[in-house]
Amino acid sequence: MKTLGNYLLFLSSQFIRSESIKILSRRFIDEAVLIGISSVSIVAIVSTFIGAVTCVQIAYNLTNALIPRSTIGFMVREMTILELAPTITSIVLAGKVGSNIAGGLGTMRITEQIDALEVMGINSTSYLVFPKILAAIAMFPLLVILAMTLSILGGYVAGTFTNALTPQEYIEGLRDAFIPYNITFALIKSVVFAFLISSISSYQGFYTRGGALEVGEASTKAVTNSIIAILLADYVCAQVLL
Amino acid sequence: MIEIHNIHKSFNGVQVLKGIDGVFETGKTTLLLGASGTGKSVLLQCIVGLVKPDLGSITYDGKVFTNNRLDLKQEIRRKIGMLFQGSALFDSMNVQENVEFPLKMLTPDMTKEERLDRVEFCLKRVGLEAAHKKMPSELSGGMKKRVGIARAIAPNCTYLFCDEPNSGLDPLTSIKIDELIYEITKEYNITTIIVTHDMNSVIEIGDHIMFLHNGLKLWEGTKDNIMDTNVKELNDFIFANSLMRAAKRIEEEGGDIDKL
Repeated sequence: MKTLGNYLLFLSSQFIRSESIKILSRRFIDEAVLIGISSVSIVAIVSTFIGAVTCVQIAYNLTNALIPRSTIGFMVREMTILELAPTITSIVLAGKVGSNIAGGLGTMRITEQIDALEVMGINSTSYLVFPKILAAIAMFPLLVILAMTLSILGGYVAGTFTNALTPQEYIEGLRDAFIPYNITFALIKSVVFAFLISSISSYQGFYTRGGALEVGEASTKAVTNSIIAILLADYVCAQVLL
Repeated sequence: MIEIHNIHKSFNGVQVLKGIDGVFETGKTTLLLGASGTGKSVLLQCIVGLVKPDLGSITYDGKVFTNNRLDLKQEIRRKIGMLFQGSALFDSMNVQENVEFPLKMLTPDMTKEERLDRVEFCLKRVGLEAAHKKMPSELSGGMKKRVGIARAIAPNCTYLFCDEPNSGLDPLTSIKIDELIYEITKEYNITTIIVTHDMNSVIEIGDHIMFLHNGLKLWEGTKDNIMDTNVKELNDFIFANSLMRAAKRIEEEGGDIDKL
């Protein structure tokens, strides 16, 4: 409970005396590049292969001749949009972005750079943390859209390459019983996950005490706590929004 | 002028500061002297507002810093320049950007040209006019301290705080950094507080000295009367410091330390 209280105080401290819009927007762009653009390659690789593997494994399990092969495309789409793209992408990003945020802030803390900001009269949480959270909230949905596209494309390539189904069957499956709300649901989840990863990692990094060892510990805690929070939030979102 | 009154601070039940009073005058360097773990750095952190004292008051030119008025605190903080023990330069910025940073944040009315002129002036003042584009990782310890000083004085600070400015520096560079801090204090008539355990600094730049021991101020005075004190802890500190310096010199000259 104490940690939760400190976490909430930490979040509210960003708004006590925030920096000017001009400064924050410049910081937002820097963070958006760091969090979003530099994560494109890892998201692309992971999602393409997840889509491909999902397609191959569904095809392997779908032995009943009465079930049409287009069902493979349908299942790849549903699994990708509802779960794999938002959740797996966020878990991957918790590892990459979360550890980066916690490590960066932790190092700034132990080398007195955060103290230097405070002495200058700058609200360090508003200057350092707020742009990170905003950038994560803005970039995660875009990365999830990219992951959805590449995952479905990966399934298409794997399915047709292994002759599990024809391109027409796959596309037919993709278009079958499509519910547009599922995409909205996935994007809402990605925003929730983005907030959790960026804020938890920032909290862990910001309150690092000690030396290099503690920075490593903060990064590890940031990743594990973020993943647990993602899985909990995933369940809550599914219960509330579906 | 900065005045502190009855400053107390504890961490996890351990009392680090036990009621310290003091006046730090404008245009003078005040050295907080003492061995490691005596509360010097904590006192400095209380004065700059990084640590909140449990009890006591801190006043900057008559304005109470320890009250809860955020706007007043901000106003005072914007007049503070600080040189940290490890310099605390921003890793992601080069030397020019580091010095320009407080100007960007604290003086939004300044144009880019005015800012760069000021950066140029400050870097020249600390003797680093050729290091604009270098990253902190490319600088020596002494150069980092100089950039730290340039960053501290860039926004025309009224109060300068230095936390062990000589730590990790060779004796020659230490003297140069001490001289630079002293010159800047006199040149801009600022209030300077320096945390140190280096007796060389006392001799070189100590206008006023406060000796701390176990969270208490045991002695204060000037460098001229520090040798006349009858405070045992201070005498022990001076003796140990002299002994260390003598040992270092003998070692450097290839002599036998055991003869001391």
